[in-house]
Amino acid sequence: MERAELVETVSRAGKANEAMNVVEVSGISKSFKGIKVVDNVSFSIGQSEIFGMVGPNGAGKTTTIRMLMDIIKPDSGEIKILGEPINEEVKNRIGYLPEERGLYKKLTVSQSLSYLAALKNMKRRLARARAEELLKRVNMLPHKDKKTEELSHGMGQLIQFVATILHDPELVVFDEPFAALDPVNTQLLKELILELRSHGKSVILSTHMMNQVEELCDRILMINKGQAVLYGSLTEIKSRYRNNSVFLECDRLPEGLPGVVGSKAHGKYTEIFLDGRVSPQEILSVLINKGVKVDRFEVSTPSLNEIFIQVVKEGR
Amino acid sequence: MNKALIILKHEFWQTLRNRSFIILTLSLPLLAILGVGIYQGVQHWYHPGAPQEEKIGYIDHTGIFGNFTNEPGVQFVLYTDEETAKDALLAKDVKEYLVIPADYLSSGVITRYTMSREVKPSTRTTGQITDFLLSNLLTGEVSPQVLERVKTPALLASVRLNETGEIAPNQDVVSSYVVPIVFAVLFMISIFFASGFLFQSVTEEKENRVMEILLSSVSSRQLLVGKVLGLGMAGLLQVSVWLITLEVFSRVASGIIPALSDLSIPASLFGWGIMYFILGYLLFAALYAGIGSISASAREGQGWSTIFVLPAIVPYYLSYFIVSNPEGAVSRGLTFFPLTSPITSMIRLASSAIYAWEIALSIIILAGSTIFTMWLAAKIFRVFLLMYGKRPAIREVIRYIREA
Repeated sequence: MERAELVETVSRAGKANEAMNVVEVSGISKSFKGIKVVDNVSFSIGQSEIFGMVGPNGAGKTTTIRMLMDIIKPDSGEIKILGEPINEEVKNRIGYLPEERGLYKKLTVSQSLSYLAALKNMKRRLARARAEELLKRVNMLPHKDKKTEELSHGMGQLIQFVATILHDPELVVFDEPFAALDPVNTQLLKELILELRSHGKSVILSTHMMNQVEELCDRILMINKGQAVLYGSLTEIKSRYRNNSVFLECDRLPEGLPGVVGSKAHGKYTEIFLDGRVSPQEILSVLINKGVKVDRFEVSTPSLNEIFIQVVKEGR
Repeated sequence: MNKALIILKHEFWQTLRNRSFIILTLSLPLLAILGVGIYQGVQHWYHPGAPQEEKIGYIDHTGIFGNFTNEPGVQFVLYTDEETAKDALLAKDVKEYLVIPADYLSSGVITRYTMSREVKPSTRTTGQITDFLLSNLLTGEVSPQVLERVKTPALLASVRLNETGEIAPNQDVVSSYVVPIVFAVLFMISIFFASGFLFQSVTEEKENRVMEILLSSVSSRQLLVGKVLGLGMAGLLQVSVWLITLEVFSRVASGIIPALSDLSIPASLFGWGIMYFILGYLLFAALYAGIGSISASAREGQGWSTIFVLPAIVPYYLSYFIVSNPEGAVSRGLTFFPLTSPITSMIRLASSAIYAWEIALSIIILAGSTIFTMWLAAKIFRVFLLMYGKRPAIREVIRYIREA
């Protein structure tokens, strides 16, 4: 109890990277058949943080997560979860939704949930009460006595989601949670993930759906060919990958603007390239001073998707 | 609570709820009750009448077969010519008729006419005819006592002695052949059923991908131990039900069914039965768990497990041979080879034909190979549980075992 309070105080005061991180990974590597699948990856995750793990298929995301979950052991490096090397007690405080997932076909929803909760050392009565509550939240309560083989694929996914967070874990890991979900359930799942963060939980979201990452994540780790290629807060990364251009739509474009090294016409609007010494704000004030009527002035920031493609291409 | 214990309880109750398990477990008690019930019913409702007197016609060209025509159960009717005898046969006055030719004493040939289809005359008929001929031929030549002995030279009474020269029990057919074979079958079914369940549960969790969720909550060792023990306890319960059924049945049946009056099950069978079940089950469970974790699907693993099941059922097919030659090289070999020893030993125990040192040696070999297989299975289990898709090559499996 004391320790839990301490964790809360520390991470409220500080950002990630500080003493009591929920996840602390330093230099882990893993090889299969002589091929390095994960190569010297380090990162840390703080409390109340949604951490995106992105990368192309086969980059090593799932292997990294399996090492975090103690399903496979790293060849080298160190992993600390909730302040200690993973052990049975720590496993009880983690929720994991694997990418390739399923449920016991012959058991009912309630039976599956209570077995999985028992394996997290949860008291039977408490588990039942919380299962009811969560099933209600995802509109699955009427189906609790059905066998899972009778449920649709999407319903099954909601049950798996409930099973993942049933024991109120402090760290929740979702591996490709949005795969094959319909738009309504995708929205529901997003809300639930944001809710987890607001309750002080840490979430790892592994996906290659960049728009979901942009929408949800605070910080990201991008892995390509087993190596960490990008790591940091989403806004910081985006500004790092800004290519110093501005989209401009106006009645006339004056010649000889300071710091502008070139321009490219895109039909209705023009993209002007800056030399990096003059800020977009200065250009805007020059334009206004010159009496130009500006309809659109937008600092171009690349989408995570573009950064992703760029990084992957550079890596080749 | 220890997580292995949670898994144990889960697997145990899931198995107990399984319909095929319930049916299989209760089938033997039901069968026993049904058997006794049918016997009682038959005894109560069916009263066979006195055996019908049969008539056999004959034509005697020698003139020496005139006496003993009226024996219990059969009457010999003399006809003077074949036509009358044939008419009597066609009119079903006689069952058959014989023609004894004049040169019978030198040739021994007797022609027999019958209307029934048969490969050869029944023992009963042959006996009646032989007795009739012998009685007529020997009366006056030998004493009646010798005549009786010529008809029935020996009433064999066999007694089996054990190695110390004392009279060994259970020399009746049911106890020495039927009981061991029944035991072998039940034992085999139970071991394969329980380890088959284990196999199914591992491949199912692998196929439906629950495995990964489980492994994020428990270690692979806890999972293996929990599963093996949970299903083993269900199997033990089943075997206990069967053993109790057999004990109760043998007591009830030997009391009310005269043919089974000598039926008794050696007491040593129960203690050793449980011991051999536990070891045998653990050996096959470990093998199945290992195969289950390697194979990508239940269907694929089924083929592999056959390799181990085939040698295990050999003692069943050889059970008659084992009971007849319990101390032969083949029986001994099967007693000591771990895959066949549980069932072979049970057959020999049931027929009370096994030495104490043989039991001890077979248990030591079996326990040793069980421990080794468990150790191997635990390693394989950890490495291959999460490998989907292609089944690894044997060479790969060996390499992983070395590395793990």
